[in-house]
Amino acid sequence: MQAPSMVWTIYVAFGGAAIQALLPKRSNSTPALSRWLALLTALAALCIAAAGFFTHVGSGMDVLTDHAWIPTLGIHYLLVADGISRMLVLLTGLAAVAGILFSWTVTNRVNEFFAFYLALIGGVFGVFLSGDLFLLFVFYEIAIVPKYFLIAIWGSTRREYAAMKLALYSFVGSAMVLIGALAAYATSGSHTMSLTALAHSHLPIGFQMWAFPLVFIGFGILAGLWPFHTWAPTGHVAAPTAASMLLAGVVMKLGAYGCLRVAMGLFPHGMDPWGFAFLGLGSWRDVFALLAVIGIVYGALVALAQTDFKFVIGYSSVSHMGFVILGLMTLNTIGLTGAVLQMFSHGIIAGLLFAIVGRVVYERTHTRELDVLEGMHLAKKIPFAAWAFVIAGMASMGLPGFSGFVAEFQVIVGSWSFGPAWTILTGVGIVIGVAYTWRALQKAFFSDKPAHTAEIQGHFAPITWPEWAGVGMLLAVTVAVGLYPRLILDSIEPAVKALLAGGAQ
Amino acid sequence: MNWMDLFHATLPVTVLEVAALVVLVFDLALLRKAAANSRLAGAVVLGVLGCGAAAFVFYHHTAPLFASNHALLYNQAYSAVAQTAIFALTAMTLLLLPGTKFTRHPAEIVATVLFAASGGLLVVAARDLLVLFVGLELLSLSLYIMTAFAKSSEKSAEAALKYYLFGGMSAAFMLFGFSYIYGLTGSTGFDEIIQSFQQTGSAQSPLFLVAMVAVAAGLGFKVAAVPFHLWAPDAYEGAPTPAAAFIASVSKVASFALLAGLAYSAAFALHNGKLPVAHIAANNRVVAVILFLAAASMVVGNLAALAQTSVRRLLAYSAIAHAGYMLLGVAAAALASDAEAMTRSVNTVLFYVITYGLTTIAAFGVIGVVEQATGSNKLDAFSGLHKRNPLLAAVLLILFLSLAGIPPLVGFWAKFNLFAAVLGTGSGVVPFALVALAIAMSAVSLYYYLRVLKFAYVVEPVEGAGKITAHPVVLLVLVAIAVAVVWIGCAPAGLVDWIAKPGLPLL
Repeated sequence: MQAPSMVWTIYVAFGGAAIQALLPKRSNSTPALSRWLALLTALAALCIAAAGFFTHVGSGMDVLTDHAWIPTLGIHYLLVADGISRMLVLLTGLAAVAGILFSWTVTNRVNEFFAFYLALIGGVFGVFLSGDLFLLFVFYEIAIVPKYFLIAIWGSTRREYAAMKLALYSFVGSAMVLIGALAAYATSGSHTMSLTALAHSHLPIGFQMWAFPLVFIGFGILAGLWPFHTWAPTGHVAAPTAASMLLAGVVMKLGAYGCLRVAMGLFPHGMDPWGFAFLGLGSWRDVFALLAVIGIVYGALVALAQTDFKFVIGYSSVSHMGFVILGLMTLNTIGLTGAVLQMFSHGIIAGLLFAIVGRVVYERTHTRELDVLEGMHLAKKIPFAAWAFVIAGMASMGLPGFSGFVAEFQVIVGSWSFGPAWTILTGVGIVIGVAYTWRALQKAFFSDKPAHTAEIQGHFAPITWPEWAGVGMLLAVTVAVGLYPRLILDSIEPAVKALLAGGAQ
Repeated sequence: MNWMDLFHATLPVTVLEVAALVVLVFDLALLRKAAANSRLAGAVVLGVLGCGAAAFVFYHHTAPLFASNHALLYNQAYSAVAQTAIFALTAMTLLLLPGTKFTRHPAEIVATVLFAASGGLLVVAARDLLVLFVGLELLSLSLYIMTAFAKSSEKSAEAALKYYLFGGMSAAFMLFGFSYIYGLTGSTGFDEIIQSFQQTGSAQSPLFLVAMVAVAAGLGFKVAAVPFHLWAPDAYEGAPTPAAAFIASVSKVASFALLAGLAYSAAFALHNGKLPVAHIAANNRVVAVILFLAAASMVVGNLAALAQTSVRRLLAYSAIAHAGYMLLGVAAAALASDAEAMTRSVNTVLFYVITYGLTTIAAFGVIGVVEQATGSNKLDAFSGLHKRNPLLAAVLLILFLSLAGIPPLVGFWAKFNLFAAVLGTGSGVVPFALVALAIAMSAVSLYYYLRVLKFAYVVEPVEGAGKITAHPVVLLVLVAIAVAVVWIGCAPAGLVDWIAKPGLPLL
């Protein structure tokens, strides 16, 4: 029997969202029904994604569906998948299931929560599978609105501020992308919005020189590119657990994917040398590599100074996404492969960390202040959280045996041939990464500081099955990819090579 | 020209006028003693039937009207589209009336709406300055009356007076401009005027610039472009809901179709597809004026909307901003180098203004329902709308996201199409910079649209706030429009093709 095409991930997610929105709101059984329906929807999407991924390992770009959509403008409803898209769809499926498992305790407006959640997921699937620039943009914007409501309605710390900031940053970014896309469409004159056709339409180099940074920054905003990252920490902290997991896990990847597929795919000559050097920077490529390295080091340093547990993870995301951008800018197979693998790896690990901090720990202690957590001896109270965080922390630091190691190692190797100075600075970032992870781990779980009050000495609720399942699933994936990276690499390497051969130089 | 020709050419207009009189007489003769509700229902039903009859007549018997040698009324593709839109949008405006309580004279407001619509029809099809002026005044005078219709509301009276004073002033300016144009060219027909500009080069005259600015003041007032926008926030805030909806939709459609018609006239005077020098000189001045209005409207409208606490005023400033985007399209039409490119630009403007009119009618419908239940149109009146009426909240969500230009809703399509057409003129850095400005400004606009949605979806209702109920007819219209906004957004090709060839069946 043939597995259903990956396009069904999109329809399943949107269909699930529509059903959630239409569920009756008053009956008592609605929350449970709504949760199970959401979980089933996400599982179905995950199964389709996994089937699509594993049956197409190593194969090239497939056209999944192609209909003329708006003939007057040459716009097609074109869905395609190559190794990179398939991997990211798989990641989205995993993150979606995990996110729902960790939202089992949402009690307020449950069906609306899952409706927005699944709409966001559907938009993300759509972006990863779009083969038409216009369609990609449509899905990209569909993903913005649910994020706003997820944070503004179900969030915590300064939720309305964070939600609006995130929405406006995203929208400004997408406005930049839209300008670039319209300009590319008008300039190419080829009456098509297909990514492949536009990439082959020989856009003038002078045009690419300004379109590339415009679109790259537009997508880079969502990828947490320094200095446009400031939405990320506030957004991650304010968001409910599942939304933080999605933000860090897949939404930031939307940005990175756009940088790779659109900015670098359509405007490869935008990365050519300018012909002069300014402060040692001779091209947009140098500029963005520098921003990436600054992001790595800066994110790590700021994470080191945070007092809120979730902010530590939030800034660590900025740091880790720096690796993705740096890897993209190396423009060699190993660096790019590392960047793409880092998207996957960070998606899983950041999701795990946010789940532990936001759900497993916070919903029992009701605080995220590291100083308060110090007095709680959580390693004894919630050993499950402690050990899960130890393992996730090791993965996040980039220890061998976890997916993060393979990815960051490749990025660093790739960056050496590009510029040893970048590599050394990045190494510093990794060391600081170890430091902030240890610091958070030690303070939150293994402190021997005496307990301050009697009331927090009480027992915490036992670990529930959704937590076990979610943590177990994500840990298994990161270990599996760490021990046997070919699982993912076999898919992304051919795609990266094709991309390097076809567009990006 | 004889009376029969006149009757033939103006048949749809006449049908609307007759319908208005029938509404009045029917109410006076048969329903004088009936309950307010049934009087309103009778008037609305007759009014909607009148729109339908006029549309039917329009599609089956229509003829151009010529005076001695030049056209007075002439229907081309763009004006057929605009007139059809006027029929449909007028009917929808009328259907917002059930359940409203602002007046005890239902027949009179329905009749006024129909008079206004017939004025709109004349504006759209006019090919002569005088016919145009008569149409504009019929439209405007009816709008002033509609604005003042809530007699027990001080705001309504104030808004109407402001609207009237600004309107009178702008009409005077426009007539003044017309007189200069007549003086320069010796004709009142659009086609003759353009020809005369080409032959005599009188577009080089400084007097032409004076005339242009005066006409721009008049038309800028109609479309509420900055700096002629000052009436809009007050009128939108004070006018009864259906009146505000009509001002924001039908009146906009008529005005932009008129602008499109002016661009058409310029193009039909093309000689063998080549632009005569005089045409270009005239056009550059016209385009400079339009671009100035467009840029100012986008910036002022969007920035001022950020500070509003009344949702009606917010919509007024957003309307100003949208007028700015559409003026960009008009400028693109005027800049076009051949008739085909011009038609394309005009069609994107029509698509934009029709879908905008549709969306904004429903937006006012939602505001009207909320206002009637809470007595306020401030942002906090929308608190907890998702609990007080989930369906209405969902409609509001779709409409406002569409206005903000979020795909796959129709507002995004309209913007995309329009901006692509502007960039398609391909002449240098100015159109590009303005499109970039427009896109940047629509990013700003998301903030204020989301702020309304925040109150509707995020903020919980105040203690003791009950359900909000809408009249079933109104609710049906609102839901139908919301569905259309999603549907046309997902499959815009149908409407795009129909606007290009209005003879096609729409679906």
